[in-house]
Amino acid sequence: MIPTSLNAWVATPEIFLLCSACIVLLFDLFVSDARKQVTYLLTLLVLALTAVLTIQSLQQGLALSASGVSAARFAFNHMYVADPVADFAKLGMLLGVALVLIYGRSYAIDRGIFKGELFTLTLFSLLGMMVMASATNFLTLYVGLELLSLAIYALVALPRGNVRASEAAMKYFVLGALASGMLLYGLSMLYGATGSLDVYEVSARIAQAQFNPMLLTFGMVFVVTGIGFKLGAVPFHMWVPDVYEGSPTLLAQLIGSAPKLAAFVFVLRLLGEAMGQFGPLWGEMLKYIAILSLVIGNLAAIAQTNIKRMLAYSTISHMGFLLLGVMTHSEIGYAAAFFYAMTYVITAAASFGLIMLLSRNGFECENIADFKGLNKRSPWFAGMMLMVMFSMAGIPAFVGFFAKLSVLRALVDSGLTWLAVVAIVFSLIGAFYYLRVVKVMYFDEPEGELLAPAGELDAKLLLSLNCLLLLVLGVFPNQLLTSLSHAVNLTMAGSAGMMLQ
Amino acid sequence: MDMKTIYLLIPLAPLFGALVAGLFGWAIGRKAAHTVTIGGVAVSFLLSAYTLKYLLGGGEAFNGTVYTWTVIAGVDFNVGFLVDTLTAMMMCVVTFVSLMVHIYTIGYMSEDPGYQRFFSYISLFTFSMLMLVMSNNFVQLFFGWEAVGLVSYLLIGFWFKRPTATFANMKAFLINRVGDFGFLLGIGLVLYHFGSLDYATVFQQVAADPAGWQAKTITLFAGHEWNLLAVTCILLFIGAMGKSAQFPLHVWLPDSMEGPTPISALIHAATMVTAGIFMVSRMSPLFELSDTALSFIMVIGAITALFMGFLGIIQNDIKRVVAYSTLSQLGYMTVALGASAYSVAVFHLMTHAFFKALLFLAAGSVIIGMHHDQDIRNMGGLKKYMPITWITSLIGSLALIGTPFFAGFYSKDSIILAVEHSNLAGSGFATFAVLAGVFVTAFYSFRMYFLVFHGKERWMSAGHSHHHGDHDDEEESHDHHHGLGPNDKPHESPWVVTLPLVLLAIPSVVIGFLAIGPMIAGDFFNNVIYTNLEAHPALEQVKHHAHDALAMGLHAFMTLPFWLAVAGVAAAYLFYMVKPDLATMCDRFFTSIGIKKLMEEKYYMDHLYINGFAAAGRAVGTVLWKVGDTLLIDGLVVNGAARVVGFISGMVRKLQTGYIYHYAFAMILGAILMLSFWLYVWGVSGVFSN
Repeated sequence: MIPTSLNAWVATPEIFLLCSACIVLLFDLFVSDARKQVTYLLTLLVLALTAVLTIQSLQQGLALSASGVSAARFAFNHMYVADPVADFAKLGMLLGVALVLIYGRSYAIDRGIFKGELFTLTLFSLLGMMVMASATNFLTLYVGLELLSLAIYALVALPRGNVRASEAAMKYFVLGALASGMLLYGLSMLYGATGSLDVYEVSARIAQAQFNPMLLTFGMVFVVTGIGFKLGAVPFHMWVPDVYEGSPTLLAQLIGSAPKLAAFVFVLRLLGEAMGQFGPLWGEMLKYIAILSLVIGNLAAIAQTNIKRMLAYSTISHMGFLLLGVMTHSEIGYAAAFFYAMTYVITAAASFGLIMLLSRNGFECENIADFKGLNKRSPWFAGMMLMVMFSMAGIPAFVGFFAKLSVLRALVDSGLTWLAVVAIVFSLIGAFYYLRVVKVMYFDEPEGELLAPAGELDAKLLLSLNCLLLLVLGVFPNQLLTSLSHAVNLTMAGSAGMMLQ
Repeated sequence: MDMKTIYLLIPLAPLFGALVAGLFGWAIGRKAAHTVTIGGVAVSFLLSAYTLKYLLGGGEAFNGTVYTWTVIAGVDFNVGFLVDTLTAMMMCVVTFVSLMVHIYTIGYMSEDPGYQRFFSYISLFTFSMLMLVMSNNFVQLFFGWEAVGLVSYLLIGFWFKRPTATFANMKAFLINRVGDFGFLLGIGLVLYHFGSLDYATVFQQVAADPAGWQAKTITLFAGHEWNLLAVTCILLFIGAMGKSAQFPLHVWLPDSMEGPTPISALIHAATMVTAGIFMVSRMSPLFELSDTALSFIMVIGAITALFMGFLGIIQNDIKRVVAYSTLSQLGYMTVALGASAYSVAVFHLMTHAFFKALLFLAAGSVIIGMHHDQDIRNMGGLKKYMPITWITSLIGSLALIGTPFFAGFYSKDSIILAVEHSNLAGSGFATFAVLAGVFVTAFYSFRMYFLVFHGKERWMSAGHSHHHGDHDDEEESHDHHHGLGPNDKPHESPWVVTLPLVLLAIPSVVIGFLAIGPMIAGDFFNNVIYTNLEAHPALEQVKHHAHDALAMGLHAFMTLPFWLAVAGVAAAYLFYMVKPDLATMCDRFFTSIGIKKLMEEKYYMDHLYINGFAAAGRAVGTVLWKVGDTLLIDGLVVNGAARVVGFISGMVRKLQTGYIYHYAFAMILGAILMLSFWLYVWGVSGVFSN
């Protein structure tokens, strides 16, 4: 065991977020329902301050690594780590959650869910994600995951009178409980096989061949099952379309964006670091899961008429792509997957933001047909939607293309060219349903009354910036890509160093 | 500001203007659109001038990467700048002419509904050209190359409702594709054999072992060894042939006169067509090692210089005369490249940019004065109505034909000197071509000059029934007013039009005298352009003469080119001022022996392309379309695949029942399958045995 102390300062962002969330919870009791804007602004302030603290931690980490010291700073007796991967991921999560609240404000007000619970539960789910990103102990990982999941189950059920939302929450909860059970079971077996709960300790014991292989295999399968569920990868994906469709769009955005980053870091720590020795073996598992996700996700998306369901299946296929990057178990592969997850957060945020912009006053924008003739109603937002769809389809000059390209490059570098070809073929098939949305917007005549996009100016402005960012990052992806791969390299180098001890 | 910031600003300022005018032109109006674009180009010009001054004052040349776009298979794809004296000179020429054209456009396009769009395009064009010349690697060069091609397509077809304009822009685009294909192959060979796309790296490798590279061969077809550098250079030069309109890829340039006149000045004087010449000069360390490629270049240039000049004689459209003279002058530059006198070619490029932009803009001014009648047979005597246009045109024409002390004289005479002393195969023919070209140039230039500015005021009698020859379509589609009535009088153009003329006339007179010393004889291009003086001594002779500009001018009166030019002007005067019957007689004579027809059909090059290559291509395409596309691909592959995908996606959809226990079952099944599969696989492979 590496000697550590409490060293709680390292976890400042999480501690601050926890205290703030409690303050928001208490504060909200004294705010009347008509003035929830105050709570909203307070929540955004909390997010901004947490981001500042995270950036400080990130800078500290980078400065440490630049001076030749390990960037990883441990706390709570080696249960928590702050390293650049965690900090970058946290920044992505903070951005993703902030976008959920900003884009969803009018939507939430319209549907009567603009309440204190929305803000506090969102903050707690964010705390869960951040803990997951920094966890270096199976228990911390699990606690973070449960905090995230429980908060989100409750959030989905927030419109209590709504049957579909309740159904979605119920399905999500039951299946989530099952997945958590499997994950916990898997973790317990890993503990049984290696005798430790610490990520680095497990890694070291595997390296020294002090483990029970049979038990470890069982554990690994159950852990992969749990991860597959969180990411929404086939065959653990069934909840995704139903939950996306049933829950309020704002929460679909919350489920579909930031937690993917948490799940990525989770995979990186659990499989990449703890069981790095078994990279080829679990890589093989992830390979089939990834292929199945690409196949099922893309093919099923084609048959959808509901845009939220379509996006749900598109998420499944995107997670397939992400897993392809992870399964190579190489630094370039992790970096590609990290980049993929990071850019997916902003792409997904933009897509749901646009849907919410069109859903107003009781009208729920759900069907792809609702986008008919959008170009005539609002050329600007049709253009924005076009950018999002192009980026998701991976058309060059948009960031989605670069994300896919870096994953493909990692695959080719690992000698898996055939897998890259499979991924390309299914991306091509996938391009169909994204381009169909574009076709519907530009070439179909609008049906019924013309609904102009409503929404507040701040949301519209931010949404436009968000969509333009997809283009800017597509043309200049390097800054982000190199930062993320630097962070991944530091983490992987760190865990390699740990193994020697 | 450090220099890197300045170099970044130079291309980005016009890009900014183009984006603002293009995307928000509808909102900000005409005035703001032209203010922002002109502002952008002006900033760019001032900074370019500063750069040139900085470099002349002993500043360090810059070669560095600004942004690494991506790295694929170990090859960097960078955005980078190489700013040395050659680049700085090109930047100044490009931005200055572009600035003049921008200002001129205010007057020329004032009635056009696409005003903002036009400004956006020409600024974008300037940006593309700057990216091309400032590049320090082949990728960015290719980017600029293609961007220039794209914007020229947009500009030539600016009046996209005219069928002739869309035909012309398609033609320019397709012909340039042919050249670009060669260019891309050339870049591919460079990458394959040098392993880098960075100029400096490639040139260093060549410089380290010139003999070795010269001896290197490649096998293109089994059993035939080809010299690597010769193939590479010729392929690169094919790209230059497309952009710089060299025979036989020249056919797009005359047709591109369909675009508005300002772009003729921009595309055909200062920017796009010079790209090829610039590129070859930039690659001088490569070209210098292949005599084969140089001979090839020289012969192509000579053909272009002479035969395109001939065609200028029979044109009646004022812009087409200038267009053919551009072709012929580009031929001169190419000949100079072939003679290894790269600096001379670039020098002619610079002087030509000024006086040719001047001539185009002056032609545009005449067109405005004539109310969009472009036929020189309807003009005459414009001298007294349009004095500024007249005097500036005269200056431009004198510069073009190489009158001593004018800009064109120094550059053209240097080219002739270089070719005369070249020792490469083909230099004999080239010498003849450039000398004969002097006479031809003088003849058609002054034919136009006399017909437009002197003699009878023919628009009085021409009336409106003056549709001739191949200009019919063009004029009919000009829907608004054109041509002067018998009682109308032409007027001098507004100041936004004449100011650029005057500003361009000044360098057309003096730039040659001022620049020849440093650029040819001096060390302006030291370490920038590489010439192997031992193998190709032609430049040595030119340097010898170029050293004293005054003496060179005085000496000219005793040389053959001067008297050829005088003869050309005299002949034009005789034919078109003194005895017009003589011109008619000659016309009849050449018609009777068929040469006139040959020239009117432009040596049948268009026929060859349209009825030969294009028709054959279409025939092949039709077969492939009917059999390959409709039957096999559409019928079998596309629709078949779509049916399969549709079927599967329907199936997958059915799996999604909505029942929670089905979902849970799928998860558990997945876990069990994984478990049993891996326990089996790893059990067999013995993972558990340790």
